[in-house]
Amino acid sequence: MSPRTSVPDATPEPGHVVLAARNVAKSYGNVHALKGVNFDIHQGQVTTLFGENGAGKSTLMKVLSGVIQPTSGEIILDGRPVVFGNAAEARDHGISIIHQELSLAPNLSVRDNIFMGRELHGTTGVDFAEEERQTRKLMEELEENIDPLTPVEDLRLGQQQIVEIARALSVNSRILIMDEPTSALSASEVEVLFKVIRDLTARGVSIVYISHHLEEALTITDHAVVLRDGNMTAYAPRAEIDLEWIVRNMVGENYDLGSPPNGYEMGGVALSIRNLSVPDASGVDLVRDLSLDVRAGEIVCVYGLMGAGRTELLEAAAGRLAKTGGEIVLEGREVSHLSIGERIARGLALVPEDRQRDGLVQTMSVGQNLSLASIRNFTRGLFTQHRAEKKLIQDSIREVTVKTDGGDASIGSLSGGNQQKVVIGKILATKPRVIMLDEPSRGIDIGAKAEVFRLLAEGAKQGLAVLYSTSEVGECLSIAHRIIVMHKGRISAVFDSNASKEQIMAASGEAEAA
Amino acid sequence: MSDTTNTQTAKRSTGGFDIARLLLEGRAFFALIVIIAVFSYMSPNYFTTSNFLIMSSHVAIYGLLAIGMLLVILNGGIDLSVGSILALAGVSAGAMMQGIELQALGVILYPPVWAVVVLTCVLGAFVGAVNGVLISIFKVPAFVATLGVMYVARGVALLMTNGLTYNNLAGKAEFGNTGFNWLGFSRIAGIPISVLVLAAAAIIAGLMLSRSAFGRWLYASGGNERAAELSGVPTRRVKIAVYTLSGILSAIAGLVLASQLTSAGPTAGQTYELTAIAAVVIGGAALTGGRGTVRGTMLGAFVIGFLSDGLVIIGVSSYWQTVFTGAVIVLAVLMNSLQYGRGGRKV
Repeated sequence: MSPRTSVPDATPEPGHVVLAARNVAKSYGNVHALKGVNFDIHQGQVTTLFGENGAGKSTLMKVLSGVIQPTSGEIILDGRPVVFGNAAEARDHGISIIHQELSLAPNLSVRDNIFMGRELHGTTGVDFAEEERQTRKLMEELEENIDPLTPVEDLRLGQQQIVEIARALSVNSRILIMDEPTSALSASEVEVLFKVIRDLTARGVSIVYISHHLEEALTITDHAVVLRDGNMTAYAPRAEIDLEWIVRNMVGENYDLGSPPNGYEMGGVALSIRNLSVPDASGVDLVRDLSLDVRAGEIVCVYGLMGAGRTELLEAAAGRLAKTGGEIVLEGREVSHLSIGERIARGLALVPEDRQRDGLVQTMSVGQNLSLASIRNFTRGLFTQHRAEKKLIQDSIREVTVKTDGGDASIGSLSGGNQQKVVIGKILATKPRVIMLDEPSRGIDIGAKAEVFRLLAEGAKQGLAVLYSTSEVGECLSIAHRIIVMHKGRISAVFDSNASKEQIMAASGEAEAA
Repeated sequence: MSDTTNTQTAKRSTGGFDIARLLLEGRAFFALIVIIAVFSYMSPNYFTTSNFLIMSSHVAIYGLLAIGMLLVILNGGIDLSVGSILALAGVSAGAMMQGIELQALGVILYPPVWAVVVLTCVLGAFVGAVNGVLISIFKVPAFVATLGVMYVARGVALLMTNGLTYNNLAGKAEFGNTGFNWLGFSRIAGIPISVLVLAAAAIIAGLMLSRSAFGRWLYASGGNERAAELSGVPTRRVKIAVYTLSGILSAIAGLVLASQLTSAGPTAGQTYELTAIAAVVIGGAALTGGRGTVRGTMLGAFVIGFLSDGLVIIGVSSYWQTVFTGAVIVLAVLMNSLQYGRGGRKV
């Protein structure tokens, strides 16, 4: 990990602090996303924010860019406290954020995107010529050969990122926040982006950078800040740190999510995936020729970065995505031709990654959500059996320990962790043989996380095969008997539960130089 | 960790907004009472059993369409073709009553009335299924698919009659096809058959929604189709079934209307789809899907029917009726957004 960058360890003119957060806290109901964080942004330098999912990185960035308001604490710009009512006010102060999901209108041209919402007016309406001239100038500054009239949808993702940056620069941003800008970029596009970042810092623009690619981030950053569970756990300039330091501070020492359950006999192979390939919309394989087995009573963790193909693997196994090749065998029987419902009936079910979008029906009560996947179990003839359903709901609430007023409560009244337990409870109520969970701990607090893993461990003891995916290395080393690391659609390594965090991260490509 | 606070907020909200909530949730019911009270005061002829029965038989047409529309809207869709299916069904029934001439055999078939009813319902189901397949399998937006089918069905109805109306659907005793006007004119225990048909359809639909697995699937796929699909709900089949049912109910409404008028014209039921949508919305269903009840929709249909008939009875011009109906619809949607807008933003 030799630094290949021209960024010096000590800048000639040490950047003073332009924007600072002091004791910033943000709570959503009972969920404390940020618990009093201090954070400095230095002028003309890159400050990188490290932390696992749910550590509070994105929340902090949204506070700094005015997208959300902190519950307490203050933001200090150029030594004076400021309050941003919304993102536009922050932008007026020269603070721009580039979100992980780009906010461009794909049908509009580069020029129209850059001037969206603040069109330049001439005597006869919008002054397109002037807009085009300024766009061209911006593109020259960024040394990108993009025609201002190209529709954004025709650009590669990396170029779209450049357009976002150009838009931020066009409003004279002094502080630019980039949330995972490289997660969808190719290596060469990352090079271009880093060059742009260096140019920007040379011009005095301050950058805040968030990335899961640790080593890649180390090549560009001047300062490192690590967040964990809403707290800032470490801060240091680049010269004093290395990869190990970051991982140690990110993951923490007292991170106990249980251990693999033992003391029982595992059964035969419950789920066998053979040579599975899953393409994306354009036909590029997101999962390539992948094979894995899960035995009854075994807990297997699939670890990988965003875009490694974890979600696609699980969704194809569940029947949501079409596959181009391979077999999915459940307890000796091929299930590829079956619908999602039929697979659930056979005992293969998925707890999806995004519970709001894919897991819950917001218009239905807690109870109706819990019983949704197993309606057939309490339907006799034409009608559902009220009493049988009520019993199922009560059993589920007890079994997965959902904290709720009862089955009739609205699903929106639950905290994130309890909502997740409802989704898991819904699937467990179908009495699955194999349960697959895609990032089961996403966006839930550590207590709920531990409870979810306890549930899975208990299920495994009773012969349930568990396959879960995660992007948090600490979660791999909790209850999983076996850890499968995915990288670019393939299995790059398999570990047992004694592996180290560094080994796992290395195999995922996280610690690989860009 | 969060249950205590949830209980507290829940209690607070039910305690504080009790009357407001009751008015909001029972708004269609209160509106109906207000309408009946006002018109009874203004006209002595309004509050009589015979008038209520006559008005109810008018409501039956809208009501049947509205039940089908409710199913579609619960699924998150819309069905603009119900008025046209109604006309096509009426015209087809009329054609069958007039006799089907088989030129190759040189005979004219006069199917019995029960066969006419069944065949018309099958036709309605077919057109509805076309909607469903277009929307669920070919991914045509519901608005566009049913708009197209609306024109096609209307055009076919016009073609069948060359724009004319079939009169005299009573049938002839020697052909054995009498009894078509039974639907529109007969009464059981003093209640018009059409009202009984509506009641039966409402009860069946209500049971289906609240008690059957299909009903649960429908609410789930309307509330969040992706989640429903991942829970094993056959979302495509649900969608096709919903549009098919809407087609069948439109056909039944077409039969009832043709029977009431003892004639079937290809221009019948124009803009009825909008009335049906209005009834569903006034009844508290959310156009985004997943929320709504048969009871509410029935109240909505009666609000519209009793309002427009009342305006006729007190002699208000039909132009004003249109204005009033529009105002009621907007008011209803306004209240919908009050009811669901707040609920949806809870964290």
